Amino acid sequence: MTTDVLERPDATASDGTTDEEQVFVTLTVADQLCGVPVLGVRDILGEQSITRIPLAPPEIAGSLNLRGRIVTAIDLRRRLSLPPPPAGQKRMSVVAEQAGELYALLVDQVSEVMSVKSSAYERNPPTIEPAWAAFSSGVYRLEGRLLVVLDVGKLLALSDVG
Amino acid sequence: MDDLLADFLTETNESLAELDVALVTLERTPDDADTLSLIFRMVHTIKGTCGFLGLPRLERVAHAGENVLGKVRDRTLAATPDIVSVVLTGLDRIKAIVAGLAATGTEPAGDDSELIAALNATAAGNPPVRKIAAAPAPVAAAPATMQAPASVLAPTPAPVAAPPVAAAPAEASAMMESAAAAETATGTGPNTVQTIRVTVDVLEDLMTLVSELVLTRNQLLQLARTQENSGFTVPLQRLSHITSDLQEGVMKTRMQPIGNAWNKLPRIVRDLARDMEKKIELVMIGADTELDRQVLELIKDPLTHMVRNSGDHGLETPAERRAAGKPETGRVTLNAYHEGGHIIIEIGDDGRGLPVDRIRAKALANGLATEAELASMTDAQITRFIFRAGFSTAAKVTAVSGRGVGMDVVKTNIEKIGGTVDLKNMPGQGSTFIIKIPLTLAIVSALIVEAGGERFAIPQISVVELVRAQREADRKAGQSSDSVIERINGTPVLRLRDRLLPLVSLNALLALGSASSEDSGAYIVVAQVGVNMLGIIVDRVFDTEEIVVKPVAPILRHVTMFSGNTILGDGSVIMILDPNGIARATGVGAGTESKMARHGPTETIRSGERTAMLLFRAGGEQNMAVPLGLVARLEDIPREKIEVSCGSPVTQYRGKLMPLVSLSGNVDESKPRQPLLVFTDRDRSMGLMVDEIIDVVEDRLNIELSAARPGMLGTAVIAGNATDVLDTGYWLMQAWQDWFRFNPKNATAGSARRVLVVEDSAFFRQLLMPTLGAAGFQVTAAASAAEALRLRDGGAMFDAIVSDIEMPDMDGLQFAEAVRAGGSWASLPMIALTAHSEPRDIEAGRDAGFTDYVVKFQREALVSSLQQCLSEPVTA
Repeated sequence: MTTDVLERPDATASDGTTDEEQVFVTLTVADQLCGVPVLGVRDILGEQSITRIPLAPPEIAGSLNLRGRIVTAIDLRRRLSLPPPPAGQKRMSVVAEQAGELYALLVDQVSEVMSVKSSAYERNPPTIEPAWAAFSSGVYRLEGRLLVVLDVGKLLALSDVG
Repeated sequence: MDDLLADFLTETNESLAELDVALVTLERTPDDADTLSLIFRMVHTIKGTCGFLGLPRLERVAHAGENVLGKVRDRTLAATPDIVSVVLTGLDRIKAIVAGLAATGTEPAGDDSELIAALNATAAGNPPVRKIAAAPAPVAAAPATMQAPASVLAPTPAPVAAPPVAAAPAEASAMMESAAAAETATGTGPNTVQTIRVTVDVLEDLMTLVSELVLTRNQLLQLARTQENSGFTVPLQRLSHITSDLQEGVMKTRMQPIGNAWNKLPRIVRDLARDMEKKIELVMIGADTELDRQVLELIKDPLTHMVRNSGDHGLETPAERRAAGKPETGRVTLNAYHEGGHIIIEIGDDGRGLPVDRIRAKALANGLATEAELASMTDAQITRFIFRAGFSTAAKVTAVSGRGVGMDVVKTNIEKIGGTVDLKNMPGQGSTFIIKIPLTLAIVSALIVEAGGERFAIPQISVVELVRAQREADRKAGQSSDSVIERINGTPVLRLRDRLLPLVSLNALLALGSASSEDSGAYIVVAQVGVNMLGIIVDRVFDTEEIVVKPVAPILRHVTMFSGNTILGDGSVIMILDPNGIARATGVGAGTESKMARHGPTETIRSGERTAMLLFRAGGEQNMAVPLGLVARLEDIPREKIEVSCGSPVTQYRGKLMPLVSLSGNVDESKPRQPLLVFTDRDRSMGLMVDEIIDVVEDRLNIELSAARPGMLGTAVIAGNATDVLDTGYWLMQAWQDWFRFNPKNATAGSARRVLVVEDSAFFRQLLMPTLGAAGFQVTAAASAAEALRLRDGGAMFDAIVSDIEMPDMDGLQFAEAVRAGGSWASLPMIALTAHSEPRDIEAGRDAGFTDYVVKFQREALVSSLQQCLSEPVTA
């Protein structure tokens, strides 16, 4: 509803066409640019100390303390069946809320808030890996690279995993 | 309008709950003008408000009900059970309409003309018989009570039986309570205690904020500890105190009397009695005992279920009771009281008790245990099968109970909130369920442990003790004094005071996969799960910490090993272990009961039985001992923490100054750390400085030599060595001259006579037992007057009774009157213990039936008084 407020100056200005714009927080995981809708993001965190939760599904990295609230951290690499990050790499988190609970998605890097035109949207190509297809709700064609939109709701729907 | 309606609904629901109770009271005491006018006024208020809010259907029903009540009030009609039934039917209709109103905001459609006709006919004075007959058919929603008119009328309806006041002191007090409640209600005017209505959400938010504040405070304290002489220390201390007070205050707002959960029970029991054609009397003691409303909500249903069970399964029919020589009216007793940080709720009946043989047969039939297993079980173990899923012994399934989803659900629900259920069964005399639940779920004290490099919290409620043990690998190297973990086919066990304790390794259980600590010693957290004991092997033990329990994320709910998580003072997140979940995961408590069963909360303790003793050394080579139950905590503080105030050593302990007393008289200043035994009673603590804490042993406490030395009760043989037994009272007096005046109760005596000590403070009970034991008495302790009276009813006999005066629920004076009123103890000598020795008090004591009066903790006086009482024949 307030996309214009979040619009970045370098985003291509609307030239009178009816092109709507979507705003995403962009992040990288295993060198792939991904985006989550900005309105679903509560917080961006740097490297955090995370408490391991024994017996939890492997996708769950643990829990962390966000200003007195306990946040369950989910490892996006494991969720997307990617190899673990190189040792020593600092990781960042994108915090999202789902049904009153906070979850942190552990990603390699959070970059910027970007608004993209709806006209650049395409559905998932049918050939992408099932692990990605399950959690992606489409792709945006950007200059020089592609932005995969992650469906946070599906990423957090872990109940069938355990 | 919406607000008005919401307020009306809240008020009406409260009134309706009260009305149920009041009507049942009225049925029992039809002449009670206060109850009657209370009922009339409540119905009248509902009617009046309905008219104002434009709720015609509700108004008509309430009006018809009011008509009947009006006649009863004017003495035109007598409050017979049948009339009360008609009015209750009317109330049920009102409840149904109110429920509809709450759901949709408008009155549900429906036809009340038949009900109103029945009410009007009753009001017109037609004999109730016809009305009962006329009412049930057309009134579709009439409760079960209405559906068996003929059979109900044949036997005398249950509640009309004259209440046997004199025979039942416990009941008398319950009646006094309800009378008092009625009085309070009558006096409710605009100028009673000022209250405001706050939505629960506001309180919940407040509680969350306070919880956060507590956490932040803990973090600050932790930071401040690392900085010497910081300017923050003093304001931080103050912040800490204020936070504690605030926490307490907010907790108080969430507290509600347990009576709120009992409101519905009189009505349920009454309907049950009519349905089952039994005579049931419900006695409720301690209805004003308070607990957190969250807990209250969670135990409502289990309680209702258990009361139903007691009435349905437990109590016999009047004919059976007569045949068994019992009064026709069966009694279901609810008793709630505080004990430590817990609330104990007992649900008892004086019925036939649990049928052990039937349970055994059923357990066999359902494949829950083999014949051989059953043969080796005690009756108590067998009765606990009723807590297993799908177990019901009711010969036939009644509408009330017997569907086989019962006690297991009750047990699960209670365990969910960190509570325990226990069971006492006396065949032929009834059974009692004992529920122990924490006062609040929000903030608990927890022990922080480490395993596999991760820290975990274990709720203090389930921790019994900590044992340091050697892993088997270093057995040769280990010192002989340490316990050793042994293995049976790889399963670890520990010999603990001549018994085998099953062990689980937290490392293995949680698949932490770290074997780094295999080479060092381990700690074993001995946890109590139901009646079972379980040892949890951990690598390290840290401190206890007050933690705020937060539920785990929904995606982790399936991991039953954790009951929640929390944030520690250092800001890290930590998982809270659920001992019940661990026990379930490891099979402890699943089938056969461990022999490690501990005393139930109300079990009486005989001084000849084994007592856990703490062994230590102070000022010499000889071992000394003190009953473990008296010791609140063991501490090991750095020497520099000991300060001097007014020439006496003190230390800062949990935000307060705690006096320290040296047992040996001189303190070895060279040691860097000082072991302490901390004794606590109510909000006072004192620390006894000793040289070395040795061990905990369980042994019979037989004090063989009386003490010549002050501060010692005498010498006993403990674990094969002559050991001085500490006279805790003496040392408490050293720290707080007024300890016993402040919180009085105590005594002494001699010659193998049996003495019953009735004392509500566990501390002084533990203190009295060895003291009197040393003087040669055989001592039995009871924690309350009610418990003592149950012992009497159970046929226990004593030579004398020593009772505290100030006790909750039934005080010493009432207890004395109850004893003197009849029964096998009527002529026993009774000695009162008190802090007050004013002539007036003594006279009040004598009037109540006490033989003698002794000021607390004058041991010689108590012993000589007992000896005197026992040598003379007593005239009550």
